[in-house]
Amino acid sequence: MEKRELTCIVCPVGCRVTVEIEGEEMRVSGNQCKRGEAYCRQEVSCPVRTVTSLVAVSGSEHPLCPVKTSRAIPRAKIAEVLAILRTMRVKAPVAIGDILVANIAGTGADLVATDSRAARVETAAE
Amino acid sequence: MDRQFDVVVVGGGPAGLAAALEARKQSPEASIVILERDRALGGILQQCIHNGFGLHFFGEELTGPEYVDRFIRRLEGTGIEVWLDTMVLEIGGGREVVCVSAERGLVSIQAGAVVLAMGCRERPRGALGIPGTRPAGVYTAGTAQRLTNIDGYLPGKRVVILGSGDIGLIMARRMTWEGAKVELVAEIMPYSSGLKRNIVQCLEDNGIPLLFNHTVTRVHGRERVEGVTISEVDPATRLPLRGSAQFVPCDTLLLSVGLIPENELSKGAGVEIDLVTGGAIVDERRQTSVPGIFACGNVLHVHDLVDNVSVEAMIAGTAAAQYARHGGGCGAQRAVSTGRGVRYVVPQRISAGAEGKLDMYFRVDNVYRGETLEVLCGEEIVFSRKKAVMTPGEMEKITIDLNKVRGDLTVRLAGESQEVRRHGKA
Repeated sequence: MEKRELTCIVCPVGCRVTVEIEGEEMRVSGNQCKRGEAYCRQEVSCPVRTVTSLVAVSGSEHPLCPVKTSRAIPRAKIAEVLAILRTMRVKAPVAIGDILVANIAGTGADLVATDSRAARVETAAE
Repeated sequence: MDRQFDVVVVGGGPAGLAAALEARKQSPEASIVILERDRALGGILQQCIHNGFGLHFFGEELTGPEYVDRFIRRLEGTGIEVWLDTMVLEIGGGREVVCVSAERGLVSIQAGAVVLAMGCRERPRGALGIPGTRPAGVYTAGTAQRLTNIDGYLPGKRVVILGSGDIGLIMARRMTWEGAKVELVAEIMPYSSGLKRNIVQCLEDNGIPLLFNHTVTRVHGRERVEGVTISEVDPATRLPLRGSAQFVPCDTLLLSVGLIPENELSKGAGVEIDLVTGGAIVDERRQTSVPGIFACGNVLHVHDLVDNVSVEAMIAGTAAAQYARHGGGCGAQRAVSTGRGVRYVVPQRISAGAEGKLDMYFRVDNVYRGETLEVLCGEEIVFSRKKAVMTPGEMEKITIDLNKVRGDLTVRLAGESQEVRRHGKA
């Protein structure tokens, strides 16, 4: 049997929750509410996170454009997504809501621009 | 050059934007201007590229730039003027706002009403008095955030963070994701003022230790930081414990040790300041002690959620538009005081004519579990609620019906001490 301890983040109470895993079975204890139980089950079986970061932009006075994954992706995929972001470069104009990469790293989530700071093309830019 | 505006909003961050838009809604004819010293609107949210904003206000999770974009879009067609790159130098008690910019030069604006929305700034190293050398590589967390997210420079490769405020936690993850190694976060208190979500998703996810009752007791290095000394502190005195010092090699020290409302302009205008919040003393409309000058957002008191800033700014914006049109003084006022366990309450005063539901925002001074929160009017308990947990890092809100409650109010935790601290005049 595997035993995992985690802090519930659903609300400010921050229960210390124990999840006992035996094959397909999961026993959750220490939580005080249903939402906490659901969060902890997800967190133990497949924790997901929204990734927010930056990509390089050319042709704008701003060197970077903020981005996010359109939804939370498995935590195990974060490193792969970050590696893609580090090597990619987009061309201005980039506006808020633009999809820069569809289905990034096979996660089913898109990479979306979250700001319009690089929406204007800087003609004088080298 | 001299100009006149009905409503002058100082600061174009989330508070100033919501205040200006709400003033417009209240008063379609009013002339309104936002004065912003940066080259773009949005304030600090421009550099807060992480998500978690807007859950309460918009019912969805947005990043900082997305949150503020919703307000900036709404400006279009409202006739609200936006003056960027414009620094306000002085606000007179008669509401003359003096500002300067390269585009317009020195301008004196006669304002019908002023909304203070200048935000806050970070407590710097100098305010802490950490012994040691003065090398490069010591940054406030917000400065590091700007360098990383706006300018595209990673401030360091091996990082120690002092203080577990939210910006420090966010930067721990940000720098880790950009390839830096964050060695640890040291927190002098036995608890964190940061949100639980950030402790889990920024630190635990990345295996970064959070040391409570620890602080930085020395900075090492001549040109660049070469390391810091971390010491455990006595939880009672917060003084370093002998023999607990350990050297941690690093090239960067980030400070996330508190925010200070930026009230130099307010003080110049003669606005009375609450020594606990560091912001103005206001009534339920967010009017300061100077008639016609209102305050909202982090310049009034430091918020943990921008959603609450927007709500507060809407109150101030509405009131400013009403004042610009109808005038009105401060009138006779009721006082809101703090009792046991409560650090501050906003608003600190209630005007004589106030009626209807009043939301009061406050913070407790320690971590409390299973305590009962109560509001007293004189000797009478007019509100009482048991709370599973309250922490200084999470702002609390209670709602009082002013039609049922008349007289001065005190917010406190039920219990022994009857000590009451008063703010301002009754």
